[in-house]
Amino acid sequence: MRAFQILIDGFAISALYALGATGFTLIFGVSGVLNLSHGAIMVAAAVAAWAAASVLNVGTYAGALIGVGVALLAAFATYFAVVKPIQDSRRIPNEEKEIFVLTGTLLWGIMIQELIAYFFTNNAKTVLPIVEGVVEILGVRTPKNEIFTAIVCCLVIALLWLLVNRTRTGKAVLAASMNPRGVTLLGLELTNIYIVVWAIYGILAGVAGVLLGMFLGVSSYSVGPLTASAFSIVVLGGLGSVSGSLIAAFVVGYLETLTAYLVSPAYRTIPALLLLVFVMYIRPQGLLGRR
Amino acid sequence: MNKVLSGALRSALGAVAIGALLAASGPAFAADPIRIGVIAEAQAIAGASIPQAAQLAADEINANGGVDGRKIEIIGYDNHSSSADSVRAFQRAVNEDKVNAVIASYISEVVLALEPWASRLKTPFVTPGAASNEISKSVHADYEKNKYTFHGYLTSAALALSVCDGAKDLLVDKMHMKTAVIMSEDAAWTKPLDVGYEECLPKIGLKVLDHIRFSPDTTDFTPIFNKIEGAKPDVIITGISHVGVQPTVQWKNQQVPIPMFGISSQATNETFGKDTNQAAEGVLYQGVSGPGVAVTPKSVPFAENFKKKFGNYPSYAGYTAYDEVYYIADAVKRAGSTDADKLVEALEKTDWEGTIGRVQFYGKDDPFTHSIKYGKGLITGLMLQWQDGKQSAVWPKDVAKVDIKFPSFIKLSN
Repeated sequence: MRAFQILIDGFAISALYALGATGFTLIFGVSGVLNLSHGAIMVAAAVAAWAAASVLNVGTYAGALIGVGVALLAAFATYFAVVKPIQDSRRIPNEEKEIFVLTGTLLWGIMIQELIAYFFTNNAKTVLPIVEGVVEILGVRTPKNEIFTAIVCCLVIALLWLLVNRTRTGKAVLAASMNPRGVTLLGLELTNIYIVVWAIYGILAGVAGVLLGMFLGVSSYSVGPLTASAFSIVVLGGLGSVSGSLIAAFVVGYLETLTAYLVSPAYRTIPALLLLVFVMYIRPQGLLGRR
Repeated sequence: MNKVLSGALRSALGAVAIGALLAASGPAFAADPIRIGVIAEAQAIAGASIPQAAQLAADEINANGGVDGRKIEIIGYDNHSSSADSVRAFQRAVNEDKVNAVIASYISEVVLALEPWASRLKTPFVTPGAASNEISKSVHADYEKNKYTFHGYLTSAALALSVCDGAKDLLVDKMHMKTAVIMSEDAAWTKPLDVGYEECLPKIGLKVLDHIRFSPDTTDFTPIFNKIEGAKPDVIITGISHVGVQPTVQWKNQQVPIPMFGISSQATNETFGKDTNQAAEGVLYQGVSGPGVAVTPKSVPFAENFKKKFGNYPSYAGYTAYDEVYYIADAVKRAGSTDADKLVEALEKTDWEGTIGRVQFYGKDDPFTHSIKYGKGLITGLMLQWQDGKQSAVWPKDVAKVDIKFPSFIKLSN
């Protein structure tokens, strides 16, 4: 009974982590950007969905769409207002650009966080679930919303896989992650690829944020922990490796759930962080890292 | 005025709610204003009402001619729920903005950080919402040093008593409940609360089956509810303030069949309904006042005026902050001065009928020196329940408007 409970809960949370981390790792893989405003974009999506549905009363579906739309806008804003100017700058030496991008996106994330706290308070908000009610699975009373969350996460990840592996645009993205110079030699504009990647990222982060808002709820305080959890999952899986991130997301998700049920909810995140440190010692490139 | 204006502008991000500069209208004022610094969590559900309510009280007092011709001026500071920011704000309030008294915070950790500063800077300081017993115990332990601090809200010990008094009538006598699990967040204010619960629940006939303390950072409450359900209690007795929305929504989404009863600070604010998408339905929480509840003749008019002005009913700390401005003004009047020591003396003699009951402070010899007195004829608190999207009083009988009712997923065992 308890084993099933852990199995079911762990799956939903892991799927959500996977979705959140996929976009994060994709951006890094393709353009070398570690986007530290990741958590802020997810929270912005959830809070926008909440505000649209609960304050403006546009309905659950429209609210969710608006949430994803806001994440998309925020992703483009991050790219055009923060990342691109740094990448294009002639005054910043190339070898320092990564640090500038890190700092820039971190500050950008804090700005978004403060804006959310200012306009919507720092208390948690929960997005109205698209499906309500509970069902019994293997004797475990499971909210339908939890199942919905898991299904949507898996679907979106599957779509992403199709996009990357089966479409021309996706293949260009993949190529850019392997050899950017080679891509430009083939006559593809790198900037266009980046825009596509940021758009994919915005949608992934938006869907993850809205689902998180429905499943657990978010507040402006969630910004830091969300970025940190995506970051550690991605590092654990191997920076830039999408499949590594997926595996790592499930490892972290289940480890946390096991700890919460079998030890104490208070220590939830600790074993996963210890694992991260351990992996860094014996395999610094992460589980499926290329370098 | 200029100085105040620039001060307000500096803290404008967040202190907007204060609508600080409304004050200049009304009767002509001769002497120096009485300045009250309000340091609060302008971005938190429970804290946002503090500066708003204080300003409302000041506006009313000023419209009636102020205090002996002096107007009350509220100077607001947003502390971003941080102790460090609060200490800086306190220093600035006293040293630069020359406030005569400070009203600050609903978070015990913040208030405990400010208490020594009230002593060092010799500035009367009242908290409208923190609960830790340590606040007034420190005053008792070193009266001469710490006498500047007043605890304008119930101590955790009194809160536990209030919850138990309510639980006895509502849960034990009426619904014949026998067992409970305590669920509280890990914070300074819940330590004495839990001690109080552990002591008074068995006395009223509720056996405590388990006691779960969880980190305020918790986002997934599934394992906690799961553990509670495993113990099969009749009721969950809550002690939550930093969290509120998430456990409440997950309680509903997971259809945890056990009612929640106790302290849930965020539930005291009207916006809680929207923030939880009405998952609050059925939640029972302790309050010192509430919309439409005539604890005193002042309660309802205050709540209505507040709503008219700010769009929602105040949180619990709004009621206390409103009263505090009034009794600070009253103390200034009685002391005939804003001198800190005289003001402290006058505050100790406070006997003020506010929105939450009759406010008096425990004296030097009581272990909770300078905390407001709990008891019949003074302040007893009430139990309210979220019903049909509204907060309704269910206890005590003389103010109760409705009977308890639960959403359909709650399965009462008796």
